[in-house]
Amino acid sequence: MNAAVKSLGLSLPGFVLFAALGLSLADGSGWAGVALALAAVVLGWFTIRGLAAHFSAQRWARLGAPILLGLLIIVLWEVTVRALAVPFVILPPPSAIAVKMSTSLPTLWADLVQTVVKGALSGYVLGCGAAFLTAIAIDRSPFLQRGLLPVGNFVAALPIIGTAPILVMWFGFDWQSKAAVVVAMVFFPMLVNTVAGLAETTAMQRDLMHTYAASYRQTLFKLRLPAAMPFVFNGLKISSTLALIGAIVAEFFGSPTVGMGFRISTSVGQLALDMVWAEIVVAAIVGSAFYGSLAIIEKGVTFWHPSQRG
Amino acid sequence: MRRNILSILTVVAAIVGLWYAACIPMNMHEATQRAQRAGVEVTPATASERLQMGGIALALKNPTLWRGSFGQDRPRLPSPDQVVTELWNTTGAMALSGRAMSKRSLVFHGWITLSATLLGFVFGTGLGIILAVGIVHSRAMDMSVMPWAIASQTIPILALAPMIIVVLNSIGLQGLIPKAIISAYLSFFPVVVGMVKGLRAPGMMQLDLMRTYNATRGQTLWKLRLPASMPYLFASLKIGISASLIGAIVGELPTGAVRGLGARMLTGSYYGQTIQIWSALFAAAILAAILVGTIGLIQRRILKRMGMQP
Repeated sequence: MNAAVKSLGLSLPGFVLFAALGLSLADGSGWAGVALALAAVVLGWFTIRGLAAHFSAQRWARLGAPILLGLLIIVLWEVTVRALAVPFVILPPPSAIAVKMSTSLPTLWADLVQTVVKGALSGYVLGCGAAFLTAIAIDRSPFLQRGLLPVGNFVAALPIIGTAPILVMWFGFDWQSKAAVVVAMVFFPMLVNTVAGLAETTAMQRDLMHTYAASYRQTLFKLRLPAAMPFVFNGLKISSTLALIGAIVAEFFGSPTVGMGFRISTSVGQLALDMVWAEIVVAAIVGSAFYGSLAIIEKGVTFWHPSQRG
Repeated sequence: MRRNILSILTVVAAIVGLWYAACIPMNMHEATQRAQRAGVEVTPATASERLQMGGIALALKNPTLWRGSFGQDRPRLPSPDQVVTELWNTTGAMALSGRAMSKRSLVFHGWITLSATLLGFVFGTGLGIILAVGIVHSRAMDMSVMPWAIASQTIPILALAPMIIVVLNSIGLQGLIPKAIISAYLSFFPVVVGMVKGLRAPGMMQLDLMRTYNATRGQTLWKLRLPASMPYLFASLKIGISASLIGAIVGELPTGAVRGLGARMLTGSYYGQTIQIWSALFAAAILAAILVGTIGLIQRRILKRMGMQP
């Protein structure tokens, strides 16, 4: 404990001090400012090492270490950009991005609704739902399954995002075409996972259902669908990332004058990089929140699975 | 195996059949337009009335004109044979006549995209393995970097592509390198996550054995951890290479590049050359299949030689 206090007691205040010095003196200080930031980074890294060496079992340390690393990077980024006066069009400092985010909240919100709620979410629900139902529909035909699984695996590895220009041509510039791209992107990963999940029960378990004289439907609902849930959630989680990528990239091929992909491509054109970064921060937050909420639901649904019992 | 091939062929045949069937309603408006210009009677008689109708209804009213849905110059949905013909004309036929590297050849565009993909893949994989080794050996890195690596999988990082291209362009980097950076960046995270899992795959018993041999950490890494991680490495390499290809294609979109498969899709969508988009899409799909297949072959050979696979 004493060693822990000694190492953290020196490195943490040192990090805070140097970070504060660096941030306050940053503007135009040249390499001296960068040196201050680097000193702060080194001390911060010592803090993380101290946390890892002495508190790795603690919950707060497990949470604190990645946050500290994020802080290190932000301090280094902010101070370096301001100290060396890096042109704004190459890399805006984090503070400018934060200011931009707070001043353009209505725009960001409108883009979020257009791209995420209308484009990505509707496509995600349609695509995942269709894939799930298809998997159940072909469940009774081993012949179709044997054919569809390799084809599905193959298609899941293809650059489906390339269908975006075609679908934009078919469904117009608005959110419908984005939803279509998302459907095309999430369908096969979801299908493959669900089919694999439905095949997950053991012969013993199916025999037990047989001795109960359970019908196909009963076996499906009471045994095989629950057993498939870890796979289904795996597919849902993979699809959540794909859905956002699909909706954003499809907007590069044509969109109404609102939407995250539209804003990114036009802001890049105007060299308004703070706006681009602001959209990326929003996309990151939405993506993590989407994935995180799926993980929470998964925890509730598949509480019996070994991976959840920890 | 024979049964598998039969069912795969059935599924593929069903998809091609559906595609041909879909061509009729998709291209029916254009087909009726032409038939009318050629003096054939069309129901309903005016173009504006036909525009009100859906493609399926129009196709049902004019069953004699179905043939006109195929073989158009700029169909909304080209038929499979048109796409295959275009693919052959721009690859095999051009290669046979010695113009494989002409600007109209998909071999040329495919090579542009492939070179960026491979360069980025090598960089991303190398960095990913190095970072994974660091994470496995340093608890501080494990605690601070690993959560970010996992979180990064949940955010749509592809949205960064336009910015990377434009920023690198403004400091004078053009062509191959920016695309390779996007590719590297996309293939990097799957490799990190997979390799960390793989390097941790050896059990307690095996690690203890290395200890009784008085092996150094380097020896444990080379002789136990790295060999044990091979199956995980190859699994993530397959994800990584298709992610790299997607990165290279998307990297070609925002600058209005004129070379590469992504550029073919983009110019195709500007000029309504649907057949060109589809053939570029299929070229990308074939490229992805070849890349993933090659890694699968290497995987089979290496794991066989290592005695990890029968």
